[in-house]
Amino acid sequence: MAYTEEELKKELETKEYEYGFYTDIESDTFPKGLNEDIVIAISKKKEEPEWMTEWRLEAFKVWKEMEEPEWANVTYEKPNFQEISYYSAPNKKPKYDSLDEVDPELLDTFKKLGIPLEEQKKLAGVAVDVVMDSVSVATTFKKTLAEKGIIFCSISEAIQEHPELVKKYIGTVVPQKDNFYAALNSAVFSDGSFCYIPKGVRCPMELSTYFRINQAGTGQFERTLVIADEGSYVSYLEGCTAPSRDENQLHAAVVELIALDNAEIKYSTVQNWFPGDKEGKGGVFNFVTKRGICEKNAKISWTQVETGSAVTWKYPSCVLKGDNSIGEFYSIAVTNNFQQADTGTKMIHLGKNTKSTIISKGISAGQSQNSYRGLVQVNSRAENARNFSQCDSLLMGNRCGAHTFPYIEAKNKTAQIEHEATTSKIGEDQIFYCNQRGIDTEKAIALIVNGFSKEVLNKLPMEFAVEAQKLLEISLEGSVG
Amino acid sequence: MLEIKDLHASVEDKKILNGINLQVNPGEVHAIMGPNGSGKSTLASVIAGKEDFEIKKGNISLDGEDLEELSPEERAHKGIFLSFQYPVEIPGVSVTNFIKTAINESRKARGLEDMPANQMLKLIREKSELLEIDRKFLSRSLNEGFSGGEKKRNEIFQMAMMEPKLAILDETDSGLDIDALRIVANGVNKLRGKDNAIIVITHYQRLLEYIVPDFVHVLHEGKIVKSGPKELALKLEEKGYDWIKQETVV
Repeated sequence: MAYTEEELKKELETKEYEYGFYTDIESDTFPKGLNEDIVIAISKKKEEPEWMTEWRLEAFKVWKEMEEPEWANVTYEKPNFQEISYYSAPNKKPKYDSLDEVDPELLDTFKKLGIPLEEQKKLAGVAVDVVMDSVSVATTFKKTLAEKGIIFCSISEAIQEHPELVKKYIGTVVPQKDNFYAALNSAVFSDGSFCYIPKGVRCPMELSTYFRINQAGTGQFERTLVIADEGSYVSYLEGCTAPSRDENQLHAAVVELIALDNAEIKYSTVQNWFPGDKEGKGGVFNFVTKRGICEKNAKISWTQVETGSAVTWKYPSCVLKGDNSIGEFYSIAVTNNFQQADTGTKMIHLGKNTKSTIISKGISAGQSQNSYRGLVQVNSRAENARNFSQCDSLLMGNRCGAHTFPYIEAKNKTAQIEHEATTSKIGEDQIFYCNQRGIDTEKAIALIVNGFSKEVLNKLPMEFAVEAQKLLEISLEGSVG
Repeated sequence: MLEIKDLHASVEDKKILNGINLQVNPGEVHAIMGPNGSGKSTLASVIAGKEDFEIKKGNISLDGEDLEELSPEERAHKGIFLSFQYPVEIPGVSVTNFIKTAINESRKARGLEDMPANQMLKLIREKSELLEIDRKFLSRSLNEGFSGGEKKRNEIFQMAMMEPKLAILDETDSGLDIDALRIVANGVNKLRGKDNAIIVITHYQRLLEYIVPDFVHVLHEGKIVKSGPKELALKLEEKGYDWIKQETVV
């Protein structure tokens, strides 16, 4: 009976990253390095108005004076920012009216990813704005959305077509000087998505974007801006997979959400950047700043399933500015082999009767380190603020680590804050119990992990939940032996 | 069906089983009794294939096939079922989801398609009624917060669902009150058939009043020291295990 376990382990060890391939499309790539000229060149390349160029330059100035943060519970070799190329775009004209015009090689890539656009198009109610190597190459369902007055396009397009909206909101939630990576992103962001839902409109479909890193050595700096005007609703899905590469790839995105009075934004992410191989070589550095602001009675809900990246540094947060506003954070973070994740949220209660909920599920396997870091802050004027936090950690094997860093700052006596935390381990007796019922070890782990993550998986839109469940299984293959 | 020959097994070099011989034929119910530490649960675990135990000598076969090289799940696929003395909790996985997975994994191993959902539901309804299980119970997380009795009843429910060839009930009576015991025993009795066999491991004679065995074996220091008809259990109850111990010494 020992041989099956051994064989299973061997088989899984040799299993490569499922999406480890890259597309060879001729690219227009900038020389490596970063200075003012590069920032100006990016802005020029994107035919941006002067105010945008100025905004980028301001960010660059701030960034030059900043230092990389070191407080996170992760260790890695810091990227050399002068060794990165800051712009890369597929050089064939990027906009297409139909799929027939799209580079067949690119279409093939989508097929490998299991997201053929032709099927995506047919998929009920999902519009896809595909970000391939920093520039959007295909946008669908635009028409249906346009009829409702919804704007869903690349941020570059928005800067040109809707400058008043971009100018009004960009940097209002995550200012240029917010942190090192946000400043860098503000200076050099290549592209990203923009979404505006007009007053009182309920977006009729889930909006989704697939991100991919493609060019070797090209950092990707996505910028996303979602604005839900008064009384509107939108559900936004973001998912990503990346090709496997030997060198580290930097990903420093910024996502800003603005929920005006009575609006609701649901933002779901499935993140599967290349985590590095089983020796911990390669893999993506994912340093992301995600934050939303809620006006009166507004609600922002972040749901994330994080399985990829070598190093993750990510805290989707909510600023509960308006009275009665609600912030939610549901997270599953999986680390295996040598992955390191420091992730969590910040709930900043400013308004009266504001409520926040945090459910974090960390799963660590191999020799990985998984940290939850969260801040619940209740401002002095936030009467009757309430928070409930639950942090659960699941360990597999004896060589991984789970850490919890909850910070609570309450400056108002009426605040009610609850924090619950548990740590458990997948036990051999649980595995044996499943085995005895005819369920093999791999399937048993999937079952146990899915059970552990259920509260969060349930928060994902249906089609995403299935994908996420599969991803959990793939990510943990071979982690018990 | 099950044949155990001169079985010696140890855990971390501690000898626990010292030459077990046992033959179980289709349609039979065997009871294995014995004092604490005599090796009853170890025997159950070794048959099920738990890796902590090392077989030093002898062999176990099911329908003539040697089990030693088979993993626990392969043994399960061949129809071996163990009702655990201490069933484990799996948070977030409902009783229904668990049993559905178990059944479909076993079907897959036999080259069958997944059981259609309506058939599964019908089977679940049927078997839960047999064991007087409340439907709400089925959507609860497996064994999480279950009382001792609920855990055992859930084990027998799974047994009923999986219809094993050979079921081993390890101390199924512990933690059961008299009513629950009657329900569980009644469930087990309905599952008795000419093609399957049951091994009942118990400390007390009480359970055997409800599940009447064809044979009773007494285990002492890792060996079957006495075998006999069902009356042996009564004699044991009356005289206590010391009687066996003394007899073995003589």
